[in-house]
Amino acid sequence: MNLNTIFTEIEKVDPEVYDRLNSRRNTLKNFSSMGKKLALTAIPVTLGALLKKSYAGTRSTNDTVIEILNYALTLEYLEAEFYAKALASGGLIPAQANPSIQTIARHEAAHVNFLRTTIISLGGTPIAKPTFDFTAGNGSGTGPFANVFSNFEVFLNVAQTFEDTGVRAYKGRAAELVQTGDILTAALRIHSVEGRHAAHIRELRKLFGSGVGDVKPWITLNMSNINSPLVQPSYNGEENTVQAGIQIVGIGGFDISAEDASEAFDEPLTKEQVLAIVDPFIV
Amino acid sequence: MLKSFFTQKTHPSREEVNVSRRKFLGYAGAAAGIAVVVSSCNKDELPMTTNNTNVNEVNLGSGDVGVLNYAYALEQLEAAFYIRVVMSQYSGITGMEATRLMEVRDHEIAHREFFKKALGANAIGQLEFDFSSIDFGSRNSVLATAKAFEDVGVSAYNGAGRLLMNPDYLVLAGKIVSVEARHAAYFRDLISFGSFADETAVNAMGLDLTRKPSEVLPIVDPYIVTTINADQLPTY
Repeated sequence: MNLNTIFTEIEKVDPEVYDRLNSRRNTLKNFSSMGKKLALTAIPVTLGALLKKSYAGTRSTNDTVIEILNYALTLEYLEAEFYAKALASGGLIPAQANPSIQTIARHEAAHVNFLRTTIISLGGTPIAKPTFDFTAGNGSGTGPFANVFSNFEVFLNVAQTFEDTGVRAYKGRAAELVQTGDILTAALRIHSVEGRHAAHIRELRKLFGSGVGDVKPWITLNMSNINSPLVQPSYNGEENTVQAGIQIVGIGGFDISAEDASEAFDEPLTKEQVLAIVDPFIV
Repeated sequence: MLKSFFTQKTHPSREEVNVSRRKFLGYAGAAAGIAVVVSSCNKDELPMTTNNTNVNEVNLGSGDVGVLNYAYALEQLEAAFYIRVVMSQYSGITGMEATRLMEVRDHEIAHREFFKKALGANAIGQLEFDFSSIDFGSRNSVLATAKAFEDVGVSAYNGAGRLLMNPDYLVLAGKIVSVEARHAAYFRDLISFGSFADETAVNAMGLDLTRKPSEVLPIVDPYIVTTINADQLPTY
């Protein structure tokens, strides 16, 4: 009896066996449910060892989870302080936009609290809040967005970049939170809030911005609709139209353009990409 | 013709069992058709997750496939809704609203077709919908429904992520849910500017909606004619 035969047999009774190989948690449960059709004694030790190996490390260690949450906390610190400073900057925010900026600020502050509490409950230590330079000047205070708290359009440009980056950043660590239950759910619930924020900031730009082109609540191709090459790394890769090896343009014979296909799926950013993006803002 | 259609098949896919059979049996004797299908199947080849005795029922299945079929069902609902919205534009629609609604329709079609293709032979069939409670001529009715569907979609993905065992599927669900959140925010702002993430969507801890499949399905049930059997979905 060779391994291929065994997998073929398993596949017959459990078509999703290859997916399940990623799940250590379900191993026993699944094998016991197969028992009727497949004698466990028929599985050689080598297969058991193979399965064990493929199951190992699927669920991140507690340390990794804490590291991911501290990474998220860094971004939430950035956003929370950004909106708090904006609200404290007299004359920056038009009356019509003030309630929604307050809403967003409240959420970001809540995310900071939530993540700090969660990290502590997992036995970790929340990292300290960095010192920020929202002009993207690395502490000079005279970076390319020097008027970020006096010019509402520039403020919105930075806000959109932060929100869209935030959405992509959470997505980029999601795979590592697989099978973490409540932790994953909480991260997803923050992630979609960032998506709502991003959509609204984009609508504010449509209302208050100039030269914003056809800025939409969603991301088209790799377009930022922001007249600054500095924000481009937050949008590179969003033009992707292939998901899990499936071309979305024209899928199923439908008239789905590259623009539609790129808008329909937000793309992840790696930790390294995100840290490079926020680096000019962190002293 | 009907009989030969079935007898040619030695191993009907679940989609065929669920939908094509229902469709075809609508025109012919149900009992005879079922007998042919069952007798033509090798017992060992029957997919384990298929247990559809009711021809108006789809079975989502188990494991990650079940979760993806659950998402596929919701995307089918959204796509069907927006296709109707775009076909029968509500009175007073602005050019910008019409454009955005077409974009949203295309996003949902893209999601639906993606799941259909990704699931392949494991995909549930085409669901049948009942939108008779929606007044497609009314802006209020359409936008309220759009908002409800998008919020439910966000909550469904947020609540189902933890059920996925394969990290690649989790990332794919993540790529879609943030777009649903963007849609939700857009429709909320159209209804009442600034309500994109109000307290009905985001709680005091800054967390978005989340719902288990068992909480989502009853919400969308009034719009779905086909019975959705979610008995084998993983739970928490």
